Amino acid sequence: MDRSDAPALGDAPTLSAADATLVDDLLDGSHRALARVITKIENRTPGYRAIVSALHEHTGGADIVGVTGSPGAGKSTLVDKLAAAYRDRGDTVGVIAVDPSSPYTGGALLGDRIRMGSNVGDMDVFFRSMSARGQLGGLSTATADAVKALDAFGKDVVILETVGAGQNEVDVVRTADTVAVLVQPGSGDDVQTLKAGILEIGDVFVVNKADMDGAQRTVAELEEMVHRREGGTTGRDAVRGGSPRLRSRGRVRERRVRRARTGIRRVVDAGGVRDRRKHR
Amino acid sequence: MSAEQQERAVRCLVAKVGLDGHDRGAHVIARAFRDAGFEVVYSGLHRAPDDIVQAAVQEDVDVLGISILSGAHNTLVPKVIEGLEEYDAFDDTLVLVGGIIPDEDEADLKELGVAEVFGPGTPMEETIEFIRNNVPERA
Ligand code: B12
Ligand SMILES: Nc1nc2c(ncn2[C@@H]2O[C@H](COP(=O)(O)OP(=O)(O)OP(=O)(O)O)[C@@H](O)[C@H]2O)c(=O)[nH]1
Ligand SMILES: [Mg+2]
Repeated sequence: MDRSDAPALGDAPTLSAADATLVDDLLDGSHRALARVITKIENRTPGYRAIVSALHEHTGGADIVGVTGSPGAGKSTLVDKLAAAYRDRGDTVGVIAVDPSSPYTGGALLGDRIRMGSNVGDMDVFFRSMSARGQLGGLSTATADAVKALDAFGKDVVILETVGAGQNEVDVVRTADTVAVLVQPGSGDDVQTLKAGILEIGDVFVVNKADMDGAQRTVAELEEMVHRREGGTTGRDAVRGGSPRLRSRGRVRERRVRRARTGIRRVVDAGGVRDRRKHR
Repeated sequence: MSAEQQERAVRCLVAKVGLDGHDRGAHVIARAFRDAGFEVVYSGLHRAPDDIVQAAVQEDVDVLGISILSGAHNTLVPKVIEGLEEYDAFDDTLVLVGGIIPDEDEADLKELGVAEVFGPGTPMEETIEFIRNNVPERA
């Protein structure tokens, strides 16, 4: 579908001996192997496609939650709290956090990890930062493959964080079962400037930083917007009824949809979403 | 577009470990690395050695740069290196230390496996050149 991906079709899915060991180690629970597989996926190292295909049959167990929103909306802070809440109930967690790269040097400051204060030292939260690397379209493929690696590793929940700034990033979270869109209270401009695409993919809208002035107004604005979009299902109702996005994705199997709904309920129940007020 | 086929970027973790609250140097270094085209993960302040090991393993970095100005390098750096060894990650990680390190400690750190020590005043280009020339080769 995207051009940068096409040449790799010649990359026949035969695992090299070294990569087969890597896959075995990953499935055996080696963090090092998991990390290395994600690196290969990111770098599109020759052979990575065979690795991804080998992992494929071990996937399907994870709930995939996307978290997006404008820069600084509080995504990482929320991801940290969500991960801690999932851990409290015994789930293991994987996180992929995507940050933009510099268009000039290709370098990137991947700052999301700084917020992961609640889970430091807990190896059952596997946190990986990824640079968008200016990849045209390829970013969503790379992140989807990285999510597969975490899924195959056995993570119960995989959280994908990305800035909802451009189409690339929107495509990334689109691959999740459940998408939470974070909006912070402000002048009201925030809701207006949200990319149209983001509003369409959101299953759960979170007015974050509820301790700040104007939260109620932002909630009202968002509600109005969402109502206009889908004719009136918001919040928990949207969760129960299945969002229009999920309903309209015909190719998505029913099982998948059901799972997505549990995913949403989990997000909501985890308290991370509703208890934002308690944050500091 | 085969140039894009294999994309390799140098990945670095800039780490602050222990109670050391001096973070200016770490910020300066992190930005300089980004500007050099590296992908930089910053640990944040006050991390335990184990947290740094966890981050280095999960992020699969080529370079682990530890910034220490507190004087606690002789106790903290060995713990980080031991942790990396436990995960089998020491051999292909370039370990650097920066900050305030007395000359007499530098040799000990290198003995442990630290590739180089960069104190105040080291020209940034020198540090970046060193990394480019010493990034471990990977299978
Ligand atoms: C500014 C400063 C502070 C500020 C820090 C502000 C901040 N957020 O960073 C404040 C006032 C808070 C502070 C507090 C303290 N400080 Co003070 N501080 C300094 C000072 C004057 C400059 C440090 C600095 O920011 N330099 C500028 C940056 C850019 O340089 P840098 O950090 O050295 O980084 C460069 C290199 O070292 C290297 N580098 C650094 N990290 C890394 C990492 C990698 C990977 C690489 C490759 C390179 C690299 O590259 C950088 C760029 O060239 C130094 C003295 C000095 N001249 O170094 C003392 C100094 C570091 N502080 C010292 C002390 C003792 C303290 C306090 C304990 C004082 C006290 N008694 O209260 C507290 C402790 C605070 C804490 N929680 O840790 C001592 C440390 C003594 C020691 N190591 O034995 C020093 C050396 C002063 C002295 N001569 O006694 N301090
Ligand atoms: N007042 C308030 N501040 C918050 C809240 N959540 C996060 N913040 C602050 O908002 C800032 C940005 O938080 P992050 O979690 O890094 O936001 P982000 O959306 O991940 O940022 P990027 O990844 O850079 O786009 C930080 O200073 C947080 O401490 C909240 O609920 N209330
Ligand atoms: Mg973030």
